[in-house]
Formats: sequence, C-alpha cells, structure tokens
Amino acid sequence: MIEALFKPGDRVTVRKAYPLGHIRTPYYIRGHSGVVERICGRFGNPEELAQQRSGEPKQPLYRVRFLQKEVWPEYKGNPDDALEVEIFQHWLE
Amino acid sequence: MKDTGNYQPYSYFQLMEVSLRELLVEKGIVTEAQVAATVEDMRARSPERGAKVVARAWVDGAFRKKLLENGSRACEELGLDVPALKLVVVENTPEVHNVVVCTLCSCYPRMLLGIPPDWYKSRSYRSRTVREPRTVLEEFGLDLSLDVKIRVHDSTADMRYLVLPMRPAGTESWSEERLASIVTRDCMIGVAIPVLN
Repeated sequence: MIEALFKPGDRVTVRKAYPLGHIRTPYYIRGHSGVVERICGRFGNPEELAQQRSGEPKQPLYRVRFLQKEVWPEYKGNPDDALEVEIFQHWLE
Repeated sequence: MKDTGNYQPYSYFQLMEVSLRELLVEKGIVTEAQVAATVEDMRARSPERGAKVVARAWVDGAFRKKLLENGSRACEELGLDVPALKLVVVENTPEVHNVVVCTLCSCYPRMLLGIPPDWYKSRSYRSRTVREPRTVLEEFGLDLSLDVKIRVHDSTADMRYLVLPMRPAGTESWSEERLASIVTRDCMIGVAIPVLN
C-alpha cells in the first residue's frame, strides 16, 4: 500500500509534466500550488487502468484547494475565490 | 437505443453501440434483458433523488452532519443505493457558494441527479466555469455579491459532488416534501439557488 505523503493543510505543487495517455490531472493546474483540503482515499491509477492494467498499487487521491487569483493572473472576483481539484499523489510534490 | 424513426440510417456512434451490444450478447457476456433493465434503471434516476437528500439535510441536523462527513453513507440511510459513488457534499453558506464542473469530461452524480444536461457537457461550461465562474453564474441568472467566496469543484477523478444549497427563509413551517419541491437540479450543481414559488 502506498502511504499518503501529505495531510490536510499541507502546501503542495502539481508536477509540470506532459506525458501522453489518459491523464486525470487537468493541464491548467499543472505547475500550480495549493493546499490539501482532504484525503479522498486510495484509488486505482487511471493512467494504468486506461491501458487495461490493474491500476495497482492504488494511489492516494487528494482534493487540493487553489486560489483562483494564483491560477489565473487576470482573475477578477473575491481574492479568496477558490478552485478545488482532485489530484493523485504521484502528481504532487 | 435512441428511437431513430423508420427510415433514418444509424449514425456512426449508434451503429457502433448496436454492433458492440450484439457482439456482447452473442458472446454471452450480457443478455438483451440485462441491457434493457440497466437502461431503464438509468432513466429512472432523476434529480428528485438529490432533492430528497437536500430536504432531509435541511430538517435533520444530525443527517446533515453525516452527509457532509460521508455523502455516500448518509445516502444509504435514505435507502438510496450509491454504488461506486464516492459522494462529496459541499455546503453553501452566506459566505461561500459552491459550483460543480468536470473539465475533463462530464463526471456528474448520476445516482442522485440522473443524466446530466447538455450544457454541463459543453466545452464552454467546462472551460469557463473554472476560469470565470462569476460570469458563468451571472449568465445562469445568479448574481453573487463580491463578498461571497466562490468555490469551484472540478470533479477530475473518483469523487462526485453535490451542492447542498441554503434553505430559503420563509420555509420554516414547510414539510420535507414541500421543501424537496424547490430543490432543482441546477441548485444541486450550484448554478442556481432555491426560490420560493
């Protein structure tokens, strides 16, 4: 079992990588930093599942909260407006 | 399985669906009856299920707490089977408004809301909601004050999101059923708020 490396409140950065295949980490959030809101559990790795492999070992999945103004420099709104995205551990550092 | 009328040829995807279904039946992997029952089951799901959950949360504080802690488990209590669905319920408050999108495809809490509306799957809703949520909400007729923080939930992986709207003032004496009647699909996606008729 893969241990969860992060806990709620930790600041994390999404890897800025562009591998081919079925990736569930949206482009727009790669390279951005946010704070872990919760650990959702462990789930089969979608990149492996898409290749018809087992998806094992399961990866911890996090919900990470990003500030809109940090993701989109031109963002207008409340400075605390946020964006929450589910990200698998192997995409976080 | 769409009714295409008498003389219309199948579209590419319809033909693919028929071919695949017939092959699966021929190989004994599924039966026609199982396919029909599953389609029927999917059609039977409607936003009324979600509305029932919201109305219960409005009248029952203990249920509301459970729902926010573990959405799937709380729904089971209401007799709503939510297999393979990890439900996260996010609560609107006077300070925070939540809205749900799936930028990668169209992940949606189908067990509670049924089939997603076409706009939810559109490229425009998906790309703009994460980037300019206030403008998108305005287009839906929801003009939020700048004091209210907006939280956009991009359902990119295994979780499914349901918005728990605020119970409107003036509904204190309402029954659970009547409360459920003002909880629309759009309220539970977060592009609307319940209004009194």
